[in-house]
Formats: sequence, C-alpha cells, structure tokens
Amino acid sequence: MNSSLFLSQLLNGLQLGVLLFLLSSGLTLIFGIMNFINLAHGSLYMVGAFVGAAAYNASGSFWFSLAAGVASAALAGLLIEHLVARPLYRHDHLYQVLATFGLMMFFNELAIVIWGNRPYFVTIPESIRGAVTIFGAPYPVYRLLVIAVGIAVAFGAWFLIQKTRFGMLTRAGTTNAAMVSVLGANVDLLKKALFMLGAGLAGLAGTLAGPILSVQSGMGDPVLILALVVIVVGGIGSIRGALLAAIVIAVIDTLGRAYLPHLLTLVLAPSAANTAGSALASMLIYLLMAFVLAFRPHGIMYSARR
Amino acid sequence: MKKSMIAALLAGLALGAPAARADVTVGFSGVLSGPQAVLGQDQRDGFLLGLEHLDGKLGGQKADIVIEDDQLKPDVGAQIVQKFLERDKVDAVVGLGFSNVLMAELRRIKDSGVPAIATNAGPGPVAGKLCTANLFGLAWQNDTMSEAMGQYVQDMGHKNAYLMTSSYQAGKDKLNGFKRFFKGDIVKEVYTPLGQLDFSAEISALQAAKPEALFVFYTGGTGVNFVRQLGQAGLMGKLPVYSESMIDANTLVSLKTQADGNIYGATWSHVLDNPQSKRFVEAFEKKYGHTPSEYAANGYDAAYLLDTAVRKMKGDVSDRKAFVAAVKAAGAEFPSVRGKFAFNTNNMPIQNVYAFKAVKEGDDIAVKQLATVFTDHQDAYVSECGMK
Amino acid sequence: MHRNKWAGWLLPLLFVALACIPFVAQAMDEPFYVTFFARVLVYALAACALNIVLGFAGLVSFGHALFIGLGCYTVAILADAGIANGWVQLAACIAVCAAVAVLVGAVCLRTSGIGFIMITLAFSQMFYFLMVSLTPFGGDDGLNIYESSDFGLFQLGGSQEVYWAAWALLLLLALFLNRLRHSPFGMVLRATHINPRRVDAFGYSVFRVQLSAYVLSGVITGMAGFLLANLTAFAVPSYISWHVSGELIVMIVIGGIGLVTGPVLGAIVFLVMEELLKGLTTHWMLFMGPAIVAIALLGRNQFAWLKAGISRPGPMKTAAPRRVAGEAR
Repeated sequence: MNSSLFLSQLLNGLQLGVLLFLLSSGLTLIFGIMNFINLAHGSLYMVGAFVGAAAYNASGSFWFSLAAGVASAALAGLLIEHLVARPLYRHDHLYQVLATFGLMMFFNELAIVIWGNRPYFVTIPESIRGAVTIFGAPYPVYRLLVIAVGIAVAFGAWFLIQKTRFGMLTRAGTTNAAMVSVLGANVDLLKKALFMLGAGLAGLAGTLAGPILSVQSGMGDPVLILALVVIVVGGIGSIRGALLAAIVIAVIDTLGRAYLPHLLTLVLAPSAANTAGSALASMLIYLLMAFVLAFRPHGIMYSARR
Repeated sequence: MKKSMIAALLAGLALGAPAARADVTVGFSGVLSGPQAVLGQDQRDGFLLGLEHLDGKLGGQKADIVIEDDQLKPDVGAQIVQKFLERDKVDAVVGLGFSNVLMAELRRIKDSGVPAIATNAGPGPVAGKLCTANLFGLAWQNDTMSEAMGQYVQDMGHKNAYLMTSSYQAGKDKLNGFKRFFKGDIVKEVYTPLGQLDFSAEISALQAAKPEALFVFYTGGTGVNFVRQLGQAGLMGKLPVYSESMIDANTLVSLKTQADGNIYGATWSHVLDNPQSKRFVEAFEKKYGHTPSEYAANGYDAAYLLDTAVRKMKGDVSDRKAFVAAVKAAGAEFPSVRGKFAFNTNNMPIQNVYAFKAVKEGDDIAVKQLATVFTDHQDAYVSECGMK
Repeated sequence: MHRNKWAGWLLPLLFVALACIPFVAQAMDEPFYVTFFARVLVYALAACALNIVLGFAGLVSFGHALFIGLGCYTVAILADAGIANGWVQLAACIAVCAAVAVLVGAVCLRTSGIGFIMITLAFSQMFYFLMVSLTPFGGDDGLNIYESSDFGLFQLGGSQEVYWAAWALLLLLALFLNRLRHSPFGMVLRATHINPRRVDAFGYSVFRVQLSAYVLSGVITGMAGFLLANLTAFAVPSYISWHVSGELIVMIVIGGIGLVTGPVLGAIVFLVMEELLKGLTTHWMLFMGPAIVAIALLGRNQFAWLKAGISRPGPMKTAAPRRVAGEAR
C-alpha cells in the first residue's frame, strides 16, 4: 500500500466531501428550518450551473459567472417559493414531494429547450487552471478552491443561523410563526429570504461544480439523491451534521472505490473481485446510510436543540 | 372517470390513426426525450434526411413513417413495438434504441417476422445465441470498436494498458472486446459505479500506476466529465488515451479543445472520404446546423438500406420472409456512408473500423483519421449463431 | 356523508368500465389499447399496494420499485432455469417478496419521516445496483423471458391474458382493501399514523402492525412485478429505478390518497396523460411537470384528514395550527 497514494485518496475524499456539503447545505437549510421537502433542489443546482457556465462563456470573468449563477438560482428559488412552496408549507409533505417532482421534470426539459441536450461546454477559468503537486501527484488548483469555498460556506451558514438576528428570527419563525409576526417580524419575507438563500447555495454549488462535473439536463437528479442521503445521515437541519456526514460519506466512498476491489482479491478470483468490488462500491453510500439510520434513526447530529 | 377514458380513447384515435394506408409503413423508435435524447434524435434526423434524399420514397413506394419515443425504458420500448405491429401495421421497424431496450423488444420482434433494423445497439447475445433472422444490426456489434482499439493499441507497441469503464454489461463487454485483441499486460481493470460523477480517486490511482496506455469506455455526460477531469489532472499529453463511444460529434461540441489528443475507435466519422458520406455530412450540417455523429450516419444508412431492399421486392413487401431476405441481401448492395458494408450470417455488420484522433486546430477541435484498423471485420459471436 | 355515497358506486363503475376495454379495443380493431391498458393496470396494482402503507399507515415508501423488481426477476430467473409453471413462480414470488419485506421493513421501520423515505430508497437502489452488476442475469441488458407463466388452465402469453389477470387481481385487491379499512387491523393501522402513542397504550405493537402492512404491500407489489414480467417478456434493472417508485407515489396522490380506488384512477390519468403528451411533442415533460404541480396545488386541501404527515421527529413540532378536519372519511 502506497502511503502517498493513500494520502492522495484521503485528499480526494475530503474534496468530494466538501463538494457534497456544498450541494446539500441549501437543502438542509430549507428542509431543516422550513420543513419543506424540496426535490427541485437539484434543478436549482442545474440552473446555477447552466447560467454560470453561460455567463463565463460570454464574459470570460470568473466572478461574473459566480454572481450570475448564484443570482439566477436565487431568483428561481424566489419564484418557486412564491408559487409552489408557500401554498404547501402547512400541508402534507407528500404534496410537497409531488409538486417539486413536477418541477424537476419541468426544469430538466426547460434546460433542454434552452440549451439543447448535449452536455454544455464549460471550462475552468483561466486564472485558476493548472495543478500543484501534493503528495507526489499533480492536484488541480480549482479543486482546492472548491474546498476553500465549501469551508467558508459552512462557517458562514453556521454564523448566519446561530449568530445573527436574521438567523434568530428564522429559527423563531418556524417554531412559532404567529408569535413572531405578532412581535413585528414579517415571517413571510423571512421565509422567502431563507428559501432564496438555500437556492443561492445550490446555485453556487452548481456554478463551482460545473467545470468538474458536466453540465447538462438531468445533472441535478443524482446530486439530489446524494444531498438527501447526506442530510438524512447528518441530521436534518444541522449544518454541522451535513458537513460531517458529507465528509464521512465521501471519504468512505472514495477509499471504498479505491481499495475495495483490491481487498476483495484476497478472498475472490480477480474477475469476481472486480464485479463484487464495483457492485459493493455502488451500494456503499446506501449501505452506509442504512447502517447509520439503523442505529441513529434521526441522523448523527440530530438533537432536540438545533 | 369514464368520461376521461372515452376522451382519452377519442384523443388517441384523433392523434394517432393513420389516414390512408401508404405503400410502405416504417416505425422508428429511439430515445427522444431526457438526458440521452441526442442519440435517438440523431438517428431519427439521419433517417429522415435519408428519406428526404430519396424523395420520401422507399424503393419507389411512398413511405409513411411513425416515430415513437421509448424514453430509454425497456417496457415502453416493448410496448412501442407492439403498437407498431398491432396498430400502425408497419412493414419494418428502424431504431430500436439502446441495448437494454432492444433486448426487451426482442421477443415481440422475433414473433412478428417483420424486418427490424437496429441503428444503435448490437449486444453480444443478439449476435450469438439469440440471433434472429429478422433482426439486423446496422450499427455495429457492441464489442467492435473496443476490439479495434485493442488491436490499435497493440499495433502502437504499448506493452501494457490500464482499463476503465462503468460497472454494467456494456462496459464489461467493451473491455472484453479490447482484451480479445490486445496482447500486452493489463495493469488494472477498473469498474466504476454507474452514474459516478467524480473520478478523482480513480485518476489518482491511475497516476500512481503509471501505465503505458489508458483505454476507457464512458459515454455521454460521464465521458465528458472524465475527459475534463483527466485534463485537469494534467494527464492529457502525458498518457496516451484511447477510447470508444466517448468522443463523437456530439461530445466534441461539449468538450471542444478539451478533447485534444484523444484517440478513439469508430466505424464512421464525418471526415471519412467517400461520396455518399460527404454528401450526407454536407446535407446534414446544412439542415440541422451541427456535425452528424455516427448515430445519425446509421439512421441515414437505414433509409438507403430499406430503399434497396424494397426495390428488390419490386415495391411489394407483403411477403415478410422474402422481405427479410431482401434486406439481408441489400446489406451488401446499398450505398453506405461507411463505404464497404455487408451483413454477416448472424445479421451483424461486416465493415471496416478506424482509429481517429481529436486534434486541436487553433481554437477549434478537428478529427483526423489515423488508420484503418480492421478491414471487413467480423464480430466474435458469429460462430455462436445458428443461422447460415 | 356526501363523500361516502359518491365513493360507493365509483368502484363497481370503474371496474365495469375497465372490463369493457378489451371488447371496445376489439371492436375498433386496435389491439394496442389492450397492451397499453394492461400496463396501466399493472402499475395501478402496484400503486394500490403501495397505498396500503402510504395511504393507510402514512409510511411514504420511496423504494417500492424494489418489489416490482423482485417479482419480475423471480419470474425471469425461474423461466430462464426452465421452470415456467405459473403456480411455482407465483409461490416463489410471494415467498421472496415476503422474506425481503420482513427484513427490509424491520430495518426501515426503525426510522420515520424523511428517514423512512430515504432508507426505503436506499434499499431499492442497492437492489438496482446489484442487478446491474449480476452478469448471469443479464445485468443492465436485462433478462429475456421465453416462456410465459403457465397456470395449467391458462397462460399469461399475451396482452389479453395479462390484462384480465391484472383486472381480476386489482378487483380482488380493491374489495379486500375496502374491507380492510373497516376491519380491526385496518383501523389500528390507520390509527398508528394518527397517534402512535395511543395505539401503543392500547397494547398493540405499532411496529408489528406496520411491518405486517409493509409485508402485505410488498407481496402484492411483487405480484404486479410478476405480471409486468409476463407483459413485457422481460426483466431489467430499469424496472427498479427510483423514478418508478416516484411515479407510483405521483399516481397515488393524483388519484386521491384516501380513496381505495384512488391509485387506479391515478395510474390511468398519469399514464394516459403521458402517452397523449408524448404524441404531441418530444418536449412533453415541459407540460407534464407543471400539470403535476397543478395537481398537487389543487389537491392539497382534499385530504387534510391525513393528519400531520411526515413531521420532524422530536419535541420541535411546530405549534402553528394545521388544518385537521378530523376523521372525515
């Protein structure tokens, strides 16, 4: 076992974990605080990716593409909140699932209508291209940037929810909306702002992930499943939980993919080990989730206090 | 409830009932919606273009085309074949979709006896034990391009190769095809989970292994991801990358110069030099605004194949068995964009396979033909098929 | 009550109408309609089965495609091994589905709410990836079925046979569910959704009741898979995708969660709508999506008796008033 390769793989796992966290942060906010299941989260991610990529292709400016990606997703989020989420807050989660399922379909097809159904051309901005050597192998600078942004977002979200007035109001508003509005705060506006924040985070994830993971219609679907797994394992509503769960899942998944087939050759013939190894690797993330839920049904970081 | 059902029936009648019975009815099916739609649409567009060049006639008979979307769902594909047979009363079926959809349609096709021309898939079982007299693989046998790459990598003098693909049937078939012709060492065979987006772990392992060559089978968005990430890791230019079905006219639009340096095996490319192909490419680009892929080329070929077959039947395709025999014979006679072509005893193609390279030209990406790897190549399953 | 009266004659009317379809199709010389509606009925059967846990017990399973897959593959694998006897296949299907449901249910029912949704999804995904990897059973190219299930008196060889089998099963299921609602078991099951603590206090094991419902639901869904295998003469991992599970849920909600016949209506509306739209444009999802959103928005008030739904666990229950109309059914 090559130790520098192992360290490389750990770094890969960490990077994937942070990316997963970015993808799920918006979802855990919306679901956790507003109790709204938003299956269109993947679509918001896609909107950010497409608009961000289009903005970069048109302008050549990385900052502009980031801003465009986040803003477009936030705007889409605002529309969704007003037209679909708001009428459904007080209703059974099932209707939320149904409505956002329909939205998913719609956005996927809309992306095809606007941008066609081939993967969209997207590239890493000039200034951040290139690689640095870490653990003896070249590592893309861009991915380090993604890690940095992810950690910044984690900190920022925690700070926002726990330490600012806005955060306090939203937390209060979802516990007892009537009281909060009696006290003068506009709960409706708060919810809109929060939804836009969650959507914006999804859009940010999309814009950043675009150059790494291809940009095309339907790109949000696998991301949605991953994000749901992360927030369920981490504990709904917990930002720290999402970060922890994302990193744990990603590291186990990465190491599993890297070493499982090899480990299995100790007990199985090579071709069987390959088949079994890859089958297990595909199932790993779900096995993990089932395992965690079997012992901690509400997720790792769930507690009565958020 | 009853009302909506009657309404549905009436609407269905109004929408779908064929008017007067045309001389030849052909059903086209493929994936026309969703993320993989570009492949089905290419085949359809190629087929319709071919028909246009034939003045809307097949073998001199007016052609009526019914188009259905299989949504990449096998049960929908099977349903569509039944619809073609029971409702539209087609004389031939073209398209048939991806391998897993084709396999679902197999039994209905076989029972019907109607000539069915697959322009996308050619799975091993269909080429071998499950070969069917009225099912024709017009595109390729699934292993073909990988076999060509195996041979080419061998010819290039590489002593070892690192293999990667997704963990599913097609992936396994492709790697087996490669190994059939590559005589060197296999450093490692990596099967990544289906639908995986991020390859950093695999790329790290690849870099550590330092192989002489990399052979890869990833399609669509996954392929685009992989090529990009490989480039971002700085491996392009340092490691020879060979592939199949990863680089084609469609993914080149997504990748542009990021695809530079990739070598791939294919049965056709828009740079192929023969009159039929050149005419096809020019007309396609003019009509649809983008370069055709090999899927579109297969669709175009299907139109001309049927035209030749119907002509052999002198316009009367009511005798299904004779029509099937005519299609088989027409395989060697119709003007294919691939140049020389014929159907083998198992109804799979006998055709040339080439190696192409994506090459950066300024800000654009172009395709260059490197070699003809196989001439009149036959697939590996033909001996398992009982047909003569 | 107004609703009860209306619902009373819906069931017989629906099944009479469905029984007419093969004859109408024959009269119009459109045998394809039988094929199409056979598929509709198979999914309706699966949706009705899902409704046992979703509608009655409030357990939203996002992984019922698992049982469709189990049913399908049992038939396919046995047929591949040369066993085409319908009764044997059916027995195997029931046994396999029951066993898996007991094991999976035992794990899943430890969670609730979104956790339950996700873990049911996880199991179906695991089975999906498993079948994709298993080359001897075709992998993702699927497994062809060359001999239809032979039940001695009849064979499920064509769309007609499958149609009638599905129709009969569906009718039996509907009648059974009608009785179940008012049976002691049914009442306890529905109560577990409304107030589990009280049910426990009465001495029932909520877990056992839910598990029994889950197993029942799984077995019947497996039978829908059995029929699907015969209808398409094929078994493939795509039948196990999470999209299928999602579509089943959509069908139930469209048709109306509370009604016994709801899922049947939902399946018909959903699949017919899909087929019609497909014929109009390749961008049919652009219209199907908003249609589903509209259905959700329009239907949300109808079944408010379904109290609380998937609430977050723990004491952080919102104090905002929910629209509970009481046991209005």
